[in-house]
Amino acid sequence: MATTDTALDHKVDHSQEEAWQGGAEPFKASYGKLMMWYFLLSDAFTFAGFLITYGALRFSSVTWPVPDFVFKTAPFMGHRELPLIFVTVMSFLLIVSSVTMVRAVQEGHRENKNGVVFWMLLTIIGGTGFLSCQAWEWTNLIGGEHMSVTRNPFGTHTESGVYLDAEGKETDEVFKAGSSFLIHKGGAAEHGAEEGEGSAEAHAYEVGDHPGYMMDEKGFIHRKFKITDGPNAGTVGMEQFGPAAFGALFFFITGFHGFHVFSGVMFLLIIMINAASGVYASRKNGYEMVEKIGLYWHFVDLVWVFVFLVFYLL
Amino acid sequence: MGLSYEEGKKRVVFGLGLLAAVTVVEVIISLFGKGHIIPGIHDIKWVFYPVALALVGLSVYKAYFIIYEFMHMKYEVKGLALSVLLPTLLLVWAIIAFFQEGNSWKNRRELIKEKNVKPLEEGQQQGMIPSDTYRLDQQEG
Repeated sequence: MATTDTALDHKVDHSQEEAWQGGAEPFKASYGKLMMWYFLLSDAFTFAGFLITYGALRFSSVTWPVPDFVFKTAPFMGHRELPLIFVTVMSFLLIVSSVTMVRAVQEGHRENKNGVVFWMLLTIIGGTGFLSCQAWEWTNLIGGEHMSVTRNPFGTHTESGVYLDAEGKETDEVFKAGSSFLIHKGGAAEHGAEEGEGSAEAHAYEVGDHPGYMMDEKGFIHRKFKITDGPNAGTVGMEQFGPAAFGALFFFITGFHGFHVFSGVMFLLIIMINAASGVYASRKNGYEMVEKIGLYWHFVDLVWVFVFLVFYLL
Repeated sequence: MGLSYEEGKKRVVFGLGLLAAVTVVEVIISLFGKGHIIPGIHDIKWVFYPVALALVGLSVYKAYFIIYEFMHMKYEVKGLALSVLLPTLLLVWAIIAFFQEGNSWKNRRELIKEKNVKPLEEGQQQGMIPSDTYRLDQQEG
């Protein structure tokens, strides 16, 4: 036995022996940073799962709301049509906050406490601004346009036609197949209506089936129209709700991303306070904690790139 | 850290400009594809494909830039970069598989719709079960 042991001892060279003592870092990164990377990888798969679900359900539907019609409102702009403008501003906010975060990490490497705190503060302001924009967007969609997790009032015409007025007579409002409409709510809930395709002029609407429209119990006014092309030409059609999955997907995915932003802002706040109180300065490791939260914050920006692509651009 | 402090600062300003510019270009391409810049262009069916390809390409570029510059992947050991980035290749399979699946759901729904309108022929069985399939209720009766 003793002889075998010595034989083995001879084969093990010095460097391998040291490898078993620990302390070797093949990836030249600290444990915390490495684990942050792998957490972000797993989070990327979660988001990818959500976004691929969106894609699969969109592919499975005959029609799908077009983003430049759904997302055309902006605060303080009244009812002007501004397709995608507001969400572009939101993207800028996130990009800018990502850039200020890089600056905070750079100041950390120089052990510059005031620099770290200053740039982190700007990052927090950017993140909060993004969340505020999202709050406005959700409020507008839920309160103004009556979208919910189970209901999507953004529909698409599958045939060309001409709208009927309340009495069932043809109007001069013509539309083409593929154009979008928003089913408005009648009565007190309506805020003067966003004037777009499919909006109706002032009229006392009543619940029930009428020659020119159908108002359901919830107060949604489904306008009627005469179809002018295809096999159903000449018959009267009615506006239908769009695919319900759109509402659920929108609120779940942007909500999940928004929650990531919110937690990011909270962590940034905690780490900024720690940095200001000198916790990290005494560690003398180049503000590694700031670097780790920086990785997370850039990831949130990275996810937004794809949420922006899938929900708003395509 | 590969860069000096001053170089790093310049790089950050460059990054801000680049990401902002790419985002603006993306929005313009998207609005072009929806017919906001040249009216009526969205009625041409094939226009969607180059527009979508350009948008996806630019987004992937933005992602690359954020990971390699802002998250400093450029300055990490190759093994770290590969262990984080290679697993995401699985998503390529997921995207192809699930989009195909979604398309198949649509086709099946259309088929069912079509069959629902068709009147039944004399002696034709309803539904899609072949007549020689073993069925519990037949045995009971």
